[in-house]
Amino acid sequence: MSGVTESLRVLLGGEPKRVAKKDLPQEVRELHEHKFSDKERIEAIRIELEHKKRKKMPEKKRRLRWAVLIAVNLLFVVSYYFDIQLLEGALTASRFAGFHMADLNSALQVMLAFKHVVINLLIGTTTIFVLWWLLGGRTFCSWVCPYHLVAEWAEMLHLKLREKGLAKDIQFDRRTRSWLWLLFAVLALATGYTVYETISPTGILSRALIYGPGVALVWVGLILLFEIFFSRRAWCRYACPIGLTYGFVGATSPFTVHYSLPNCYHEGECRKVCLVPHVLDTVIKGKAQAMEVDIGADCTRCLRCVDACPTGALTFKYKGLGDLL
Amino acid sequence: MSKKPRLTPKQRARRKFLGSIALAAGVTGASLLGFVPVAAKRLNERLRPPGALLEEEFLAACIKCGQCVQVCPVEAIKLADLTDGFGVGVPYIEAREQACDFSCDGLQCVLACPTGALIHEVAFPSQVDMGIAKVVAPAKCLAVQGKGFKGLARGPDFKGKLRYAEIDRWHPLQVADHPYDLELCDLCVRQCPIEIQIADCAKEDEKKRESLGLVAKRQPGECPPKHAIELQPIDTGDGVKRMKPVILEGCVGCGVCEMICPVEPAVIVIDSRESREKSRGMRA
Repeated sequence: MSGVTESLRVLLGGEPKRVAKKDLPQEVRELHEHKFSDKERIEAIRIELEHKKRKKMPEKKRRLRWAVLIAVNLLFVVSYYFDIQLLEGALTASRFAGFHMADLNSALQVMLAFKHVVINLLIGTTTIFVLWWLLGGRTFCSWVCPYHLVAEWAEMLHLKLREKGLAKDIQFDRRTRSWLWLLFAVLALATGYTVYETISPTGILSRALIYGPGVALVWVGLILLFEIFFSRRAWCRYACPIGLTYGFVGATSPFTVHYSLPNCYHEGECRKVCLVPHVLDTVIKGKAQAMEVDIGADCTRCLRCVDACPTGALTFKYKGLGDLL
Repeated sequence: MSKKPRLTPKQRARRKFLGSIALAAGVTGASLLGFVPVAAKRLNERLRPPGALLEEEFLAACIKCGQCVQVCPVEAIKLADLTDGFGVGVPYIEAREQACDFSCDGLQCVLACPTGALIHEVAFPSQVDMGIAKVVAPAKCLAVQGKGFKGLARGPDFKGKLRYAEIDRWHPLQVADHPYDLELCDLCVRQCPIEIQIADCAKEDEKKRESLGLVAKRQPGECPPKHAIELQPIDTGDGVKRMKPVILEGCVGCGVCEMICPVEPAVIVIDSRESREKSRGMRA
């Protein structure tokens, strides 16, 4: 349970807790001491990384994830366009084969603003809660949210521009997202309007795909420009309350990315690709507090770190399913 | 970059703190701009789908998913853009382009709404309160002028649809495919869904009485209890037969009269303001 508390604390914006070397479990201390004695292994990893850098290995899991994300969003579009009524509505609320689903953050906004919950909304909210608890919470972000995809493309551009010194990466306090979450909840409650929905790039993009584009896309464009030139992945990292909502859901999810200290040689490749590098604090040399660690709730399970890790120290696992995956 | 003086950790923390405040303020400020169109009461003129709660409640309850859009057989419902502020993604109807003609009978949009923003208690068109028709330019009305109407009500390029039940009970048809030839223009009355329903109910009653001597059993509201619109004769003493459209208590504001009116701009339009500010989506 303390793991969950710590994971929630980091999710809300707290700095990952660090333990003094002398307080680490003995096996962890011993491992840290002996790990780098295997010079051959270290050299092999170095060569593999060089090779990876030169050859630009395809990120297979990323492609799969993009395919899933596009497929889910296209399903909405196709369902409406061909009137097959398979997945009606948009990401904020929908029906899958007639069964209600409601985005948790949108539903929360409506409940707070309207102060009245009809049974269909309750069914939809519960369904989505269970679904995303099973699938990992913020999995919604990286595997479904259409803004995440365009933000990933913007991020690629951002990194290229950074190399040339044409963009910078302003870091904000991660607690900003928690404050915004609270602020939007209070605003919905106090004003009676679903204030966040007005600027939600997730809702705007989902509706634009299904019902056609509009002026609202300008807002999404502005956020993307900000991310490209001033701050890497700023919306997802520092602002989006939807991500935090799903983060809460995923805090106890059985689906996690798993870190195995004995396999890690601390090259830091995983942290370079990670949307939320603070969840990978544990991979920094000397930081791991146990031999095996589950990555925290803020992780979107995008699995880029799994692809990036040259030594197989990061894997994904589904608790209770053992090695079936 | 290297020319800049190095910041102490304290300065850096301070900068990050101020930056974060600015970011939060920017995001919140941007979202609150959505209040402008609401404060200007601009949205209260929007014709909302059947069963829409009071404007304020409606904006709160709507989850902006567009399921109502998807089920409407005449595609009358659209989603508002960001220019509607807090009303972004909220459904509305542009009656002149495509009115709600109740082709679906069972108020599909109401059934589709997952949050009750379209109140689930309405079951029949006559219970709806979207607004009320108003004759805004009586002098331009063809019937008032004693004129008939021949041809396509809205021209050959008009995209709007209506249910012509006598032709096809189940599929709405293009208005542009249905020319009229009327001695005196009565399109607003002729196509009024409430009036059509009253006539249908009467016919059904008649049939039942003839064959079985019974009265059809119906749910309250299934047959509109009150007329919505009629033509009343006016006498100007010049011997020309003239009529004027008069809106009655049974009008629900669906907008079909506004859509079908062949005069440009429409002589009859829906005023939704009062119902958006007073009615809770259905008639008392």
